[in-house]
Amino acid sequence: MKKSTLQIYPGKPQRLLREGLLLSADRYPDKIALSIEGKEYTYSQLLDASSRLAQALLDRGLKRGDRVAVYMDNTWPCIVSIYAVLLAGGVFLMINPQTKAEKLHFLLEDSGASFLLTDGHLHKQFGKAVEGLVDLRGIICSGRLPAQDHFPVRMEHFDAVLAESSLLAEPCFVIPNDLAALIYTSGSTGNPKGVMQTHQAMVFAAWSLIEYLRLSESDRILLVLPLAFDYGLYQLLMAMKLGATFVVERSFTFPGRIYELMRSQCVTVFPGVPTIFSTMISGHKKKPLVFPDVTRVTNTAAALREEFIPYLREIFPNALIYKMYGLTECKRVSYLEPEFIDEKPSSVGRPIPGTEVFLRTLDNKPVAAGEKGILHVRGPHIMAGYWNQPQATARVLKPGSVPGERVLCTGDWFRMDEDGFLYFSGRSDEIIKTRGEKVSPVEVEQTLCKIAGIQEAVVVGVEDVHFGQVICAFVVLQPGCELTGREIKKRCLARLENFMVPRDVYCLEEFPKTANGKVDKKHLVATYCQEPAK
Amino acid sequence: MDEIIKKVRAFIFDNFLFDAEDDELGNDDSFLDQGIIDSTGVLELVEWLEDEFDITVDDEELIPENLDSVDSLTAFISRKK
Repeated sequence: MKKSTLQIYPGKPQRLLREGLLLSADRYPDKIALSIEGKEYTYSQLLDASSRLAQALLDRGLKRGDRVAVYMDNTWPCIVSIYAVLLAGGVFLMINPQTKAEKLHFLLEDSGASFLLTDGHLHKQFGKAVEGLVDLRGIICSGRLPAQDHFPVRMEHFDAVLAESSLLAEPCFVIPNDLAALIYTSGSTGNPKGVMQTHQAMVFAAWSLIEYLRLSESDRILLVLPLAFDYGLYQLLMAMKLGATFVVERSFTFPGRIYELMRSQCVTVFPGVPTIFSTMISGHKKKPLVFPDVTRVTNTAAALREEFIPYLREIFPNALIYKMYGLTECKRVSYLEPEFIDEKPSSVGRPIPGTEVFLRTLDNKPVAAGEKGILHVRGPHIMAGYWNQPQATARVLKPGSVPGERVLCTGDWFRMDEDGFLYFSGRSDEIIKTRGEKVSPVEVEQTLCKIAGIQEAVVVGVEDVHFGQVICAFVVLQPGCELTGREIKKRCLARLENFMVPRDVYCLEEFPKTANGKVDKKHLVATYCQEPAK
Repeated sequence: MDEIIKKVRAFIFDNFLFDAEDDELGNDDSFLDQGIIDSTGVLELVEWLEDEFDITVDDEELIPENLDSVDSLTAFISRKK
């Protein structure tokens, strides 16, 4: 394989996200960067393909700062696409492949994406979603091209585009203050918001994670989380800048396949979420599982239950186990050094290297040690704001002590002990955390209310051992409507990502109300959510 | 065999597909590609397999070769019965 013409001074510090790949391709051109879908690709192959796609995007009119949507599974084209956008000076946004047409349309429209990079098998959704978008200029599609012959913009095949394109002569000019990515996250108001992250924030966060996870170029990092989930994306960014090997699977759907892959690929780093660990532990109880090669296990998205730890030690006898806490708005807030996991089992640890946190009362006064307060975060990893939402941004980014600085008000309640360790004690909004994903109850309620026959809907999260929380929906039907809970779930599935579909749906005559006329959610949960719905 | 295919298709349509016409799912279409099944779906599927066909499914058998299409499921069930 011919080495890419993209030259980089080997001692150059990494300032831009793409330089992680450029530096590693220079140091380890022939090392395996990716093991994916049964194939292996070297660093120079990844740079070569990304460079060709970058040139193709420029040839098609991409300008510095333009948004490019990546709506793909965890595939080779997906990873090539991410680095291509970065090399071309664009801003990428990852869209979960479970996303349905209506929401996909919203994300494309809200971000003003000029290109959509996608997979052929997702055509049922994107075929509908791309209608009526003024900013969209082209679609590049991998895999089997859809039979649909008419698209409002030019549609090309990923492989053909790569084959016809030349190598990029030099990466497009951007500086570390420029945006690198929009990362959409569920907000309590319904529609997701695009978290703007600059190159310098993401480069900083990735190095901070590498430092505390004690990662090196000899690691073999497994990805079963979606690249569209920010922690999944960071595994890629970390692996590529280290020059490590990244072992990628589509999802944790088929555990037997993952276990086989972990053994055959000698995976050393296993990033997961509680639902994955819960599945592994129930398998382990039936028939012991053990992965001695794994030396780091990391948990994110929701709290790792204390009772999981002894089992995880049996499954991963040689691993450091990391509990962490974070939110998309700053990627990661804190981590518990694995050496403290027995001493402080319910803590999510201390701020990540290079950052600090403090607690404030509701009226912004300091909080005494051991008292509850709202967590505020300071550091270079804070987002630049929400895309096109100055008011929502102003609610969470507050002026800091250094002129011009902004600190992040997370809205989450914490306690801090005398050693500076953090303990989560609740959210100040009604966001549901299920299967490691954030779900806005308002978004699910709005979807339910669009179903013909549903008059009113209320959605709540109910605690659950396996899922963290499960989504329960209560609906009042219009007179004469005979929808069942099962039919309602099916209709939700057509519009919502799978993890957002309520597990239990209860059809009621009317909602109980509180004294001031609001739906009494506590009463609903207490009355109905003890037994599974029929 | 035909009996098993029928049962499998009925289960998939009942539980994972919305408003889909019968001809929209080929017997060799990948559930994963079509977004039909995720990790929770697989657990439901296994529970159903164990109940309906009185078989036991090991974790090692939770692989796409056994579970990712109507055809592979049917073959898997026939082997296990």
